[in-house]
Amino acid sequence: MKKFRKAMGLVLASAMLVASLAACGGDDKVKDQNAGSGSSNGEAVLKIGGIGPLTGGNAVYGQAAMNGAQIAIDEINEAGGINGMMIEFNAQDDEADPDKGVNAYNNLKDWGMQILMGCVTSGSCTAVSDYAHEDNLFLLTPSASSLTSITYDNAFRVCFSDPNQGVGAADYISQHQLASKVAIIYDNSDVYSSGITEKFTAEANNIGLEIVASEAFNADNKTDFSVQLQAAKDAGAELVFLPIYYNEASLILSQAAAMEYQPMFFGCDGLDGILGGVENFDLALAEGVMLLTPFAADATDDMTVSFVTKYQEKYGEIPNQFAADSYDAIYIIKAAMEKAGVTAEMSVSEMCDAMKAAMTQITVDGLTGSAITWSEDGEPTKAPKAVVIENGAYKAME
Amino acid sequence: MWKKLSKGTRKNTVTYLLVIVTYLVMSILQSGGHLSNLISGMLVLLCVYAIMAVSLNLTVGVLGELSLGHAGFMCVGAFSSALFTQLTVSTEMNANVRFFFAIVIGIVTAAVFGFMIGIPVLRLKGDYLAIVTLAFGEIIKNLCNVLFLGKDSSGIHVSMKDTMSLGMGADGVVIINGPQGITRTPKQATFLIGMLILLISLIIVLNLINSRTGRAIMSIRDNRIAAESVGINVTKYKLLAFTVSAAIAGAAGALYAHNTSSLMATSAKFGYNMSIMFLVFVVLGGIGNMRGGVIAAVLLTVLPEVLRFAEDKRMLIYAIVLILAMLWNWAPAARTFREKYGIRRILAARTGRKVIGSEGINASESGKQKEEEM
Repeated sequence: MKKFRKAMGLVLASAMLVASLAACGGDDKVKDQNAGSGSSNGEAVLKIGGIGPLTGGNAVYGQAAMNGAQIAIDEINEAGGINGMMIEFNAQDDEADPDKGVNAYNNLKDWGMQILMGCVTSGSCTAVSDYAHEDNLFLLTPSASSLTSITYDNAFRVCFSDPNQGVGAADYISQHQLASKVAIIYDNSDVYSSGITEKFTAEANNIGLEIVASEAFNADNKTDFSVQLQAAKDAGAELVFLPIYYNEASLILSQAAAMEYQPMFFGCDGLDGILGGVENFDLALAEGVMLLTPFAADATDDMTVSFVTKYQEKYGEIPNQFAADSYDAIYIIKAAMEKAGVTAEMSVSEMCDAMKAAMTQITVDGLTGSAITWSEDGEPTKAPKAVVIENGAYKAME
Repeated sequence: MWKKLSKGTRKNTVTYLLVIVTYLVMSILQSGGHLSNLISGMLVLLCVYAIMAVSLNLTVGVLGELSLGHAGFMCVGAFSSALFTQLTVSTEMNANVRFFFAIVIGIVTAAVFGFMIGIPVLRLKGDYLAIVTLAFGEIIKNLCNVLFLGKDSSGIHVSMKDTMSLGMGADGVVIINGPQGITRTPKQATFLIGMLILLISLIIVLNLINSRTGRAIMSIRDNRIAAESVGINVTKYKLLAFTVSAAIAGAAGALYAHNTSSLMATSAKFGYNMSIMFLVFVVLGGIGNMRGGVIAAVLLTVLPEVLRFAEDKRMLIYAIVLILAMLWNWAPAARTFREKYGIRRILAARTGRKVIGSEGINASESGKQKEEEM
């Protein structure tokens, strides 16, 4: 009898487990149907999903991206939507992890997503783009810069690719004769940083820029940079190239100042945010730092001013480049949809086919570049802008 | 017939049946379209973590040593099997045969690593062993992070610096690209294969426990000096258990590698956080209790995903649920409460029988013994 109860208990427990799993499936189905009936009630709805790290170490980027997208969506919905469709937006967290990204993608599919704006980070985007390709779902990533992120024809991006930035930075330094001896400090556990470094080095070798030191650090060891800086100093580098994010860069700047090493510092778009994103950072240290960035929050054109004001009102901080990228992404989706004449009746796959064709025909003026166009491989064509930090603000360079 | 079997055999059979029944139920639900995309997308991942729970349970529960580097063995299995698949993907080999060999290679490589690391590491005990395994796990992860490997017509090129120093010809393809890892490995891992590997690892581990070897291993766990005094070769049995455990972790890694198109050796996937996560599966499920570990692995992996409705508070809820579950399982007050008001007790009171120890308490006793030993 006891054995029977024990066995029975197990069967019941496993039944409960299965039931709970099935139940969550069921719930989503119900939600789907509700959404479907919502669109047939007269008001057409377009469901855009967003994936990015909303928690964890990279949360700053994901949250900014989702906030930026939300502002664009509010603007569009106020103005009457896209082709008469109101946009519904659902941002899901992936903690910058490929597996969680795929989970987030599947979750959004259960919700009824028609267009994906994401993922924000490269690794996650690479994994998700596989699934999006199978489903033939249109994917536009605001900020995944790795080449592998958009290998499929249904995937496009807003930001520069890593190689583009590396080559761009090397060309810029050599054309403007900023320095002849260059040191690099980069994060070799980060896809973005090592991707840029690789192309920068290759291009530097091509054009005769001498790289005197190439010093790496990794994600587990990114608070003390004295060794790397000392190596750069000993090698006599006049310029230190920092293809990294601004948190580490701020430490490098303070530590370089402490050891009285004053080379020029040159960074990529990851450095954007150094003027507002770091607590207890003496902004005087950032004076003279040069960076290639598609977006400067204190630009004076109407579009940027209006975006920055709205963002500050709503979220109480100055938007960074990720916010601008995803703000543009939503408007790019709008432009492509209008070009393709997408309607609410189209299936996800039909929508994707129409959008793919339209993407190569549109030209968009955005926050991160004017007259941006796309090629079939999904890469944007826009000019990188170099800025220098002067008196605590970005100033455009020649 | 059922009653004639020994208690252990019956318990194991229930575990196997549980795996098989879960597989059947989930496949039926999936083919009927009753599973959400989220859950069907996670099935293989759940198998991976369940296998990892079995693997670590062998080291922690049976061998009685605390390993904090199991994610490292999974990493080795994942990278070696994915590398094999990438190298042979352009050849004529049948895809299923290739996948089979990939899994075998993942298992063997992880076992070799487990053996080599085990030789110096298993001389240590308790906390010291935990710290050294943690270090080895990190070393493996960091090595994978700086490894560059490419293939061209003249052969395979390896570098620890960057892709340029591979010096490949024009037809060269980079396979392992440092921190970007291995991308676009064919997705061949299916739920069926995952469940089969889980079942096989359960069979291996449960049979090992009930064998002469297993009893020797457990005697080392319970009292090393006594075990030595009766002539048990401590080093040999420790190494054996550790190697088998690493091999199973390698199988999980191979499965994982063929389920993702972006295999990167990030801290989140193969760092010590993940190793500790596996330890949480084992502790929550009951140290030494294979079935419990598997169930805990599944529940704890599904939980954050089911909590997505709570948005950015989900990890907070997850943490609270974890604390509550641990308290419910192990806090003395909760255990007294369960003994007084638990289902078993109520059922027993009805039939007028006495409760003779439940599985949870058995497992806790072995946990206690371990603490005392440390």
